[in-house]
Formats: sequence, C-alpha cells, structure tokens
Amino acid sequence: MNQHTIASGDTADPTHARPEAPQDVVRLVDLKRRFGVTAALDGVSLTVRKGEILGIIGRSGAGKSTLIRCLNGLERPDSGDVFIEGREISRLGERDLQPLRRRIGMIFQHFNLLSAKTVEDNVALPLKIEGRPKAERLKRAAELLDLVGLSEKAKAYPASLSGGQKQRVGIARALAARPALLLSDEATSALDPETTRSILALLKDINRQLGLTILLITHEMEVIRSIADRVAVIDAGRIVEQGPVWSVFADPRSDITRSLLGAIRPQLPAELAARLLPTAGAETILRVDVAGEAASGPLLSDLATAVPGAFRLVHGGIDHIQQQPVGTLFLSVPGSDASHLTEIITFLKARQARVEVLGHVANPV
Amino acid sequence: MSPILFELLLRSIWETVLMTAASGLISLVFGLPLGLALIATERGGIAESLWVNRALGAVINGFRSVPFIILLVALIPVTRLIVGTSIGTWAAIVPLSIAATPYYARIAEVSLREVDHGLIEAARAMGGNRWTIIREVLVPEALPGIVAGFTVTLVTLIGASAMAGAIGAGGLGDLAIRYGYQRFETSVMIAVVIVLIILVCGIQWVGDRLVARLDRRG
Repeated sequence: MNQHTIASGDTADPTHARPEAPQDVVRLVDLKRRFGVTAALDGVSLTVRKGEILGIIGRSGAGKSTLIRCLNGLERPDSGDVFIEGREISRLGERDLQPLRRRIGMIFQHFNLLSAKTVEDNVALPLKIEGRPKAERLKRAAELLDLVGLSEKAKAYPASLSGGQKQRVGIARALAARPALLLSDEATSALDPETTRSILALLKDINRQLGLTILLITHEMEVIRSIADRVAVIDAGRIVEQGPVWSVFADPRSDITRSLLGAIRPQLPAELAARLLPTAGAETILRVDVAGEAASGPLLSDLATAVPGAFRLVHGGIDHIQQQPVGTLFLSVPGSDASHLTEIITFLKARQARVEVLGHVANPV
Repeated sequence: MSPILFELLLRSIWETVLMTAASGLISLVFGLPLGLALIATERGGIAESLWVNRALGAVINGFRSVPFIILLVALIPVTRLIVGTSIGTWAAIVPLSIAATPYYARIAEVSLREVDHGLIEAARAMGGNRWTIIREVLVPEALPGIVAGFTVTLVTLIGASAMAGAIGAGGLGDLAIRYGYQRFETSVMIAVVIVLIILVCGIQWVGDRLVARLDRRG
C-alpha cells in the first residue's frame, strides 16, 4: 500500500496499529470479498474520521460499490472487520443491522425514490420505519426539504422532478433519521456538470453545518477535487493510494491515480506529445509538478535569475485544491548544452518541484 | 323477448356478476400474497428460499395446467366440503377461485418483479425489515400492475364462469348455451353477447381509470 505521509496525522498505517480512536466513524480492517473468481475486495483497510469527507475513487469494477455496501451490511465481506462507531457489524444478523442502518444515511446514483409516494412521504420514510408519529415525521420532512431548497415540492411526486431535485430529495431522506454517517454511491454520476456542482455544494454545506461524516464513492476526480478532504484510490479491490486530496493531486504515486487525474490536470498538448523523441533534439521538454510553497512562490522568475539561459513555458497551470496551490508546468529548454539543462533541473528540485524529462522535440512551437 | 326470458337474463347477469366478483376477490386475497411469496423466496429475494420457491411454483403450475372444465369436475369433493353442495352458483365459486388464484399469483408476480431492485436496497439501507419492504415498497410501487392484472383476471373469470353451467351454476354463458344455442332463441344469444361486452368493457374501463390514477411513474 502506498501511503502519503505529507499531511500531519496520516501515519503509515492508521487502521492497524492504532488503538480504537473515538473520532473514527468507520474502521475497515483487511476486508475481503470474492465474487466467483474475481476479488471485489482484496484486503481493504480504511478509516473514516468524524466530520471528514472521504472520497473513494476507482474505475468501474474496482470494488467501490462492494466496499460502500459493506458499511451498512447490504453486502457481507468474506473476511475482515467493519467497525461502525467502534462496533463490529459484518457478522450481525439482519435484525441487528436494522437499527444500525438507521444511523447511516445513503444516497444513490439513480436516487431510488419511491414513485408512489410524495416527496415529503419519501423524506419521512426513514422516520416511519423508526416508528415515529406522523406529526413529527412531517415536521422533520418539512425542515429537511427547506434545508435542500425544495419546500414547494413537498406534495409533488418524484416523477415530476428533475434529476438534481430528485437527488436533493434523496439527500433529505438520507438525513431524516439524523445519521452519524452519510454514504454516497456515485450520487452525481447521473447528473449534468452544473447540477453535479450544486449537489456537491449541498453535500459540502451539510458536512460543514451539521458536522456530518461523509463517505463517497465516485469515478470522477472532479468530485473528489471539489469536496473531499481525503481520498483513497481503489483498484482491483485494493487501496493503492490514500491521503489528503491536495497531496495526492500534487504527487500521485500510482499509475491508476495518474490516469484518473489525467482528465483534470494539465497534460502536454497532444500535438506536442506526438512529436516527442527519446533522443536529443533541438529542445528538451520538462514536466514540472509543484505544490505548496513551490507553487505559490515566484518559481519561474527565480529560475530565470538563478540560471542564465533561455527556457520557455509551453503549457501548464496552477490549481487550488483545499486552499493549497498544486500545479503542473511544461517547460521547453532549448539547446544541446547538457549542463544548462542539469542546472535547471537541480534548481527546480531544490525548490521541492518534481521534474521529469519527457523527451525532445525539433521545434516546440 | 318474453318477460320470462328477460327475467332469466337478469338472473343470469346476477349469477355471473356474483361468481366473477366472489372468485375475483378470493383470487386477489390469496393470489397477491402468493405472488409476494414467489418474489420473496426467489434467488436474491428478501426471504430467499429456493426450495419453497420451487415448491410453490410447481403447485401453481400444476393448477394452471389443468383445463378449467376438468378442474370444475375434479374439485367436486372439495366443493362439497367447503360449500356443502356441489351444484349451484356458490358451488362454482370454489373451482373458479382455485383456478383464478394461481393465475393471479403469476400476474402479480410479474408486476412485483418489475419493482426496481434499487428501491428495495434503499429501504433496506434505511433499516427497513421485510414487512416494511412489502408494505412501503413492493406493493405500492407495483400497485398499477397489480390493479391492471386484477382487471385481466376478472375478465378471464367472466369467460371461465360460462363453463360453470356444467355444474348448474347458471350465469350468462349457461343461458346462452341452453336458450340461445340449443333452443335457437337468437334474441337471447344476442342479448347475452351484448351484456357480456358491456360487462367486459365496464370492468376494463374502471380498471384502466384506476391504474391511470395510481400510476405516479410519470
């Protein structure tokens, strides 16, 4: 397992050595689950801390759905432990799971609203299951619909709502029984980008206002980028990488993470990438990844002052993730003078940048 | 048509309506739980039990494969046990109900199976038990199909009740055979056909209206 150690508090393996910490809402220890010959979960250990948003990202079939379903007993692991608020649940019977599931809200990719019930009855259903009186259920439903901005739709049926509105109802319903944990199963994958942004903003608000712990699974890095505090990357049933979002974005260790990041991080323009040659040419193309101080300081002007000789910026940008600048720059260094290139690389590395020689081109522009 | 024939027609209408309504109601009361049991016990169901599922399926298929006219006669001892007699309108309700219940169970099963599995998962994730899933998810979500299927069952029962004349149950079918066909009373035949058309159309119309009102799926 490849753990990031940049952030404070993220020890090498937080799930095994540490005694039970009260702030952990979820603790998974070495979860395994097979379906036939394929291992959906192949030894997953993970902790979700109180009040955080943990994002689990992976391609379809990586095991994320199985993982999230193990947390409320919809799926049972073959081996390993699932602790929810300190209590092991993976071997509980269906009857014992029922009260526990009321502590865990869940929202779904396809919303899963009951078409035969009005919006308010959908929201109130978890309370009906708990056996609360009708007046209390409707009062709570009204509060929650107000929270998600759908008060005027209380008496409407789900079929008359847009996708974004349906997911808002789904969120209100998941919050009805005042859960300690919210599970989000690809909650924005069926929504357009604008609606996705508004749903993510709502989830972030809920996380901040109510201090609700959220575990979400997604295949979109953009979702992780916009709301997660920490990210865990899952591939072939294993957590291949985890850490604070900005540090994983700044320094992805695994190929799968890099490939998932590809869509939202600057890439060398395809036209230029096609012309890259492994042998020395007129110019050398460097990829420079910067984060934290290196990204916020005057890196390029310092470079120009410290190392005489030309270089040029061909592509790149600085992004802000969790208030941390994270950037990727593509520099082109002309000439066949190897020492000039070495000087540049040495300078950048001294500034905590990661530098990679991508190749050479005859004419970069 | 003579006043006597007209009175016979009225009585026959009443007998058909009685047979259809009573056996329809009984098939609903027993068929819907049977349909639920089929769905619940199947693989991945909320009370998975393949053994029970196969046994139920076999019994249902057994009853459904017997032609109604044979069932009518074969069930005479059972009918006598329940009703006290093996002839007459009430006696016909027993075999009609026994034939319609497995028929309706299969129709209800199809509607219940169409309920999105995600909805059941959502109810489980909320901490709902099996009863909650049946009451809050399966039945309400499948209700349009359950009602539409009941309409189909009623119309089928009207047809089947024509055969009940064989055990002296009366009804419109019996009237049409004995007077319209065997005594060449064409006016009786025409009247029976018209009444049957009105009955079938009426049931279908009410059923369709009810389904449209219940269906919130947009």
